[in-house]
Amino acid sequence: MKGRGLHVYALCYLLFLYAPILLLPIFAFNNGTVISFPLKGFTTQWFVQAFENATLRRAVMNSLIIAVSSSVFATCLGIFAARASTRFEFPGKGPMMGLIMLPLVLPEIIVSISLLVVLLSMGITLNIFTVIIGHTLICMPYATVILTTAFNSLDRSLEEAAYDLGETKWSAFRLVILPLVMPGVISSLLMSFTISLDEFIIAFFLAGNEPTLPTYIFSQLRFPKQTPTIMALGTVLVVMSIILLTFAEYFRRRGNARTGANNTGGFL
Amino acid sequence: MASGNRSQAVQGYSLIAPPFGYALLVLMAPLLTILAYSFFKDGYLTIIREFTLENYVAVWGDPIFHKIMLRSLGVAALVTLVTVGLAFPVAYFLSFAVSPQRKGMWLFLITIPFWTSYLVRVFLWKVILGYNGVINSGLKSLGIIEEPLTFILYNVNSIVITLAHAYAPFAILPIFIALEKIDRSLLEAGRDLGESRAMTFWRVTLPLAMPGVVAASLIVFIPTIGDYVTPTLIGGGKIPMIANMIQAQMLDLDNRPMGSALAVTAMLIVAILSLIFVALNRRFLKVRQ
Repeated sequence: MKGRGLHVYALCYLLFLYAPILLLPIFAFNNGTVISFPLKGFTTQWFVQAFENATLRRAVMNSLIIAVSSSVFATCLGIFAARASTRFEFPGKGPMMGLIMLPLVLPEIIVSISLLVVLLSMGITLNIFTVIIGHTLICMPYATVILTTAFNSLDRSLEEAAYDLGETKWSAFRLVILPLVMPGVISSLLMSFTISLDEFIIAFFLAGNEPTLPTYIFSQLRFPKQTPTIMALGTVLVVMSIILLTFAEYFRRRGNARTGANNTGGFL
Repeated sequence: MASGNRSQAVQGYSLIAPPFGYALLVLMAPLLTILAYSFFKDGYLTIIREFTLENYVAVWGDPIFHKIMLRSLGVAALVTLVTVGLAFPVAYFLSFAVSPQRKGMWLFLITIPFWTSYLVRVFLWKVILGYNGVINSGLKSLGIIEEPLTFILYNVNSIVITLAHAYAPFAILPIFIALEKIDRSLLEAGRDLGESRAMTFWRVTLPLAMPGVVAASLIVFIPTIGDYVTPTLIGGGKIPMIANMIQAQMLDLDNRPMGSALAVTAMLIVAILSLIFVALNRRFLKVRQ
């Protein structure tokens, strides 16, 4: 009886969580410039308009370059951090890992403004590379968390068996460990890609005059006429995120299944 | 064995060096720069490298700073309360009522909205809550209201709703993990000793779940204080929070020492409040060990 009440509450809560996302496609296909009820009929013109916009195409290109680079860099750094923290004991490990995980709890405004001040005082021109530097930093903790779970569930005797069979450290890592944590690596890549693609604050401060997808959206929000196009763009973005996340989750679970760990917890 | 430990340490250090070095270079060095700047003087277009406390005196004595900092703290506290309050029953439901096979799916469903574009979600709340927004126009066309509801318009309420929505998964997951760790036999013991369901919850479940609640509160509170997008978009720039003030000082007014002093002060206040909060909940956190 008590469970039933909670169940209804949980479903209402889910509805609250999904309300904005569900409204997105409704208005993206609505044939009217004002976002309000009643609906005015079906159209795909907003998607066409979004697709034909040259600045937007450039923003998408920039965002893809940034997201691919940051996810690769963050995952590489995350592999090092996860391997160090799960396999070795050394003094100062706690504080060092703490600094690596710090961007997770630090407000992004602090991270981006302080980085911006340093970059400007060094005379570095702002472009998509400076955004990649920032995004790599904020994706690194997420990559580290995902990869730590992957490395944690490794059976150390497999690695030792490889050494006994004459493999070197590097070849054992490449031939035995890496394939076993591969689902974790893919999951980390997809997750970092999604974070970078959606990230606004750092891109806003560090991109200079280069548009990225979120900063382009932000610049268009001032113009009410652009709202339906933004809704269409948002729909595409949300669908892409959900597809990427579903893949990430699939690989994470497969990784758990492969190493025999039980499935607990989610992404965070 | 000692040499084994040393080689372990060497390998550990060489592995952790790249990510740690990156964090030092891209995070620690800029943070220290900000700290140093906050003690420098602002000359026109340059920064005079001379130790001074002027910036701090100016920031701490500034009534606008007091007002904005208090507002940010108030909004963050309210958001934390609402988010954690709404999230607890969901976490409880997930841990106690959902069958183990379906927990993964529920968690996945809860985290998906979090990973979709933050900017678009915040903007959607503006669209939903606005004067001619989805709620008002919807209720009007259904004939439920005649005039638009004004209490959900661009004010602190709408900022709180938006942020509570944005940080929901952050609150659910730590509480869920704490609840999952509770030994179920303790609850049975409570019932067997004649406690009612409600008393068992109050005296056994809730204290054991407190570490999760504390973690959830901090995870929601700290980023909320520094939120930039929501006050900018939802508040229409009329209800600035501390992030907007830092940004204005740093970039629009180009007074970096002052902006740095602001940022350092805000971080200090948040850190102290978080420590006090943890200290107040010390007795719950100790139980676990």
